[in-house]
Order: sequence, then C-alpha cells, then structure tokens
Amino acid sequence: MARKDIQLDHEVILDLVKPQSTVLDLGCGNGDLLYLLIKQRNAHAQGIEIDEQAIYKCVAKGLNVFHGDVDSGLAEFKDKSFDYVVLNQSLQQILHVDKVLIDALRVGKKVIVGFPNFAHYKSRLQMFFQGKTPVTGALPYQWFDTPNLHFLSISDFKNYCHLKGIDIERSVCIAQARKALFLPNLFAQTGIFLISK
Amino acid sequence: MNKERKVIQNNSVGIVKGRTFTFDSLKLENGERFGPVTLAYETYGILNKDKSNAILITHALSGDAHAAGVHEGKDDPGWWDEFIGPAKAFDTDKYFVICSNILGGCKGSTGPSSINPKTAKAYALDFPLITINDIVNAQKHLIDYLGIDKLLAVVGGSMGGQQVLSWLVNYPQNILSAVPIATTIKHSPQQIAFNEVGRQAIMADSHWKSGNYYEGPLPSKGLAVARMIGHITYMSDKSMAEKFGRAKKDTGEPFKFTADFEVEGYLRYRGDNFVKRFDANSYLYITKAMDNFDASRGERFEEVLQGTKVKVLVISFKSDWLYPAYQSKEIVKACKLAGVETTYCEIDSTYGHDAFLLEVEEETHLLKHFLKKIFYAYEVTGDYGA
Repeated sequence: MARKDIQLDHEVILDLVKPQSTVLDLGCGNGDLLYLLIKQRNAHAQGIEIDEQAIYKCVAKGLNVFHGDVDSGLAEFKDKSFDYVVLNQSLQQILHVDKVLIDALRVGKKVIVGFPNFAHYKSRLQMFFQGKTPVTGALPYQWFDTPNLHFLSISDFKNYCHLKGIDIERSVCIAQARKALFLPNLFAQTGIFLISK
Repeated sequence: MNKERKVIQNNSVGIVKGRTFTFDSLKLENGERFGPVTLAYETYGILNKDKSNAILITHALSGDAHAAGVHEGKDDPGWWDEFIGPAKAFDTDKYFVICSNILGGCKGSTGPSSINPKTAKAYALDFPLITINDIVNAQKHLIDYLGIDKLLAVVGGSMGGQQVLSWLVNYPQNILSAVPIATTIKHSPQQIAFNEVGRQAIMADSHWKSGNYYEGPLPSKGLAVARMIGHITYMSDKSMAEKFGRAKKDTGEPFKFTADFEVEGYLRYRGDNFVKRFDANSYLYITKAMDNFDASRGERFEEVLQGTKVKVLVISFKSDWLYPAYQSKEIVKACKLAGVETTYCEIDSTYGHDAFLLEVEEETHLLKHFLKKIFYAYEVTGDYGA
C-alpha cells in the first residue's frame, strides 16, 4: 500500500509505534490499522472488535482478533503485556471510558488514543448559529443514530490526563488532510495522543 | 445433525473408501495397556511431498470417520460434507484431510461392541474406561503411521473440540494450529447432568443387561431416549419454534399418548433412527469420557498452554446453550494470558449447538482464511499477505 493511500490518522499512529513492538488495538474495526502495523512496523499485533462482520474482514486479512467488547476485554491481560495499546476512534464509543483507559495504561506500556474533537470550529458554529447537535466530517452521525457515547475535545482530554497524572508524551492534531499546528482545539478534527503512566 | 442434505453436491470429494489401521496396543491414561486397537479412517485430497498439508478432523459424540463424499453404491454424504472438498473450507485441492472414528466408537474402530480376541465375544463392559486423551493418543498412532510429523491443523466441534484441546495440550509440537469449535475446557455440571440422564435411560432399559446385550435384543428404547434428550440440547428454543412450532401431526391412532406434535414425531424419528446406527455401550463410554475430560488437568489452563507456538482459532455460537459461548471465552482467556496467537469469533446463529454443522458460510470464511494463513506462513515465508 502506497503511503499516500493511508489514512492520515493511521499514518500518525504508525509514526508513533516503534518497529517490532507488540500492539493491542481496541476496537480494531476492519483491521486496516492492524494490517499496516504488521506490514510496515513488523508489529506483533492483536485486535479486539465487537462487530461480527468486521471480525470476518480481519480474519480475511490474516489478523489475530478477539470478538468481544472493549469494556470487558482488557481485564484478562497481565500488566504491561503490550508495548502499545491503541484506542483509535473507539474511545468515544466505550461505556466506561475512565476504567478502560486506566486498564489500557496497565496492560500497555504506552497507550495511543485517537478521537474526534468535539470543539472543532465547525461544530461550534453549528451549535452556536443553528442550535443543533453538530454533524461534521469527523462526527458524521445524527444525534439519534450515533454510536458515540461521549463527546470530548482536545482540551478535555488534556485536562483529563493532567487530573489523572497521565503523561502526554506526544500529541498530534489533524485537520482535514494535514496536521493542525495552530489552535488545535479549534481547528483540529481529530486528536491523537501518546500517553503513559 | 438434522439438516436435509443433497446426495452429491457440487465440489464433492466424490466416492470415498473407508480404511482401517490396526496397532498392537495403546497405553491408556489409567496405566493399563489395551490392544489390539483398530481405527477406521478416511482421507480426502493428496498428502504433499513434505507432508505439510495434513489436517485432522475430529468428530463429535455420534460422528464417525465418514466426514465427506459418499461410499460406493450409497447415498450417504459424510457428516461435514459441506466443509470438505474442492474450494470448500477444507479445500481438498490444497489440503490432505483425515478423519478417524474414535477409540470406543462403533463405526469401525475398536469399541465395546468389538470382538475381544481373548474371549471371542464382544468386549461389552470389559472394555476399559477410556478418556479423551486416550482417544487422541490412538489418533497420534494413526498420524505417525501416515508418516506425518506436523499436522497443519486439528479441527473439531463439540466433543471433537475436546479432542482438539487434548492435541493442543499433549502434542503442541506436532500441530501448527488448533481450531476448537463450540466446546469447553471441561464439562459443567449441567453438561454432565444431561449426559447422565442419557446414560440412565440406557441402563434402565431391561435389554441392556449390564451391557451384555449383543446376542439378544438391543436396549433400543433406552438409547433412543438418550438420543432424544441429546437432540433437545443440540437445538435452541428459537430453532425448535421455527422448525416445528406447535404444529400437530394427524396420526389417526386411537392411543392417548401418540406423538401429536411435530416436535414429538421428530424426536421419536431421531431416536429410532439412531439405534440403527449406534451402540448403546459406546454411548455410555464416550459420554463418560467427555464428562471426565479436563484440558487444564486441574491446573490453570493458561499455565498448561504457556510457551506454545500453536496458533488457535476459537469459534462459538450465540444460541448454543449446551456449550455456551462463555466456555469458549474461557479458552480464549487462557490463550490471551499464555500469549498464544488467537482469533475468536462468536457467530450469530439461532441453530443452537447444531450450528457448528450448519453455519457453513461463516465457518467456511473463518476456516479458509485461518488455514491459508497457517499454510502460507509455514510453506513460504513466515510473512502472510491479505
């Protein structure tokens, strides 16, 4: 797969992962990221995914994946079983975020979290001028059929880490198809954080 | 177990021949030596030059060596015919597939109905109390005889899955992958209870005569009841409702307790059919072996699995209440803790435990890709493609 065909968030995560690492991808979906991690980073990677059809797609890619929900899937792993635990675009859909993040930081030496930024300026404009729950590229769902249980901003996540004594080792904010360097909480659609404890 | 089948489907392996292999003796788990032992087996496909494409299929309680194709002059496709053949889950253009009747069975392998060479009569209850590990140790003799050092995979559902776990624990160096389907590390009290009711039904039949019935009438009623109970546990509430509803049969018989409902007729038919092809003593021995089985050997299963390089695919079914998904998750949990490369899928099926025989499309997808990964990595590089 050529570099240009890779989703930007996946590219960012690939850059954060050292070669030959062990990786657990929580909510791995169709396994695209897992596949890239194995192919390009020689990672020893494992996924957890709740959706049965997505499991079939992962298996077709030759990936190792557990069918189950993220909320209960972590407890069984020993401390520091993986170099990285990845929660990309799944954090906002998890029931008990706090518990899962603490467990992820226990199971992984480092944790990579990627989520849509609720405070993106387009969301703010829709809220402010239309008085409607925002529907944007990164948050494409209507309020009545969204899989997202939590709405958080880049600032929220930074505050959370500060409050819980979690170290933010790296943070990358993405707007459209480029990295957002200026006022990320306003201009970034997606935030990706490398954290540890 | 209860699906109408076409006689010869597309991509059938065609006409197949049953074979047998006999060896002098087997050291049983209880320390006894038992022999001679004959195993009935069938093979499909061709063993490649370096003998790296062999897959062992392990059958369930009432299964046998005839897993695919048809026998000459008969119209009885094997019990997993939809899974074994060219372009099927176990692609016989690529793989060499082996299935043998278990030790203790009654379909060509040595079991309680076989003739004891010392007495020239059927063993009956002189047959030793065998275990799942004994069954697998006998299979290992067959695999050695076929000259195969490393099986590409061992695959089986239900009691077949117990055998897969036994291979995983006892012969990890001789298998590259293991696929336990709708099975358990050890039986729950509920599973033992159902088996015990089946055994009691057989032993309560006046024809059973402490197992010495081979020269007289068979304990058919008892075995039929055991099978009826079995069939209830193999289906789900939903699959029964869909298949039978409360539809009534018009029997026209004056007797008060005829099989009025479709489901009653079905169970009687299944029970009566079973006694024509199965030995009551085998049923007792095999169900006991299932109940006694504990793949964890009383330890924590993850400790038993520690360090194994075998790759594992675990499959369960949502509506299976005889071998519920939580039991498969126990296997997965142990694999997780032991760092074993594992994939787990719980297939959304309404068929109950029978699903492992019926969910052809989903299982085929999982098995095909999993086997490809194992086979390709083994034969070519160590790196696998999508």
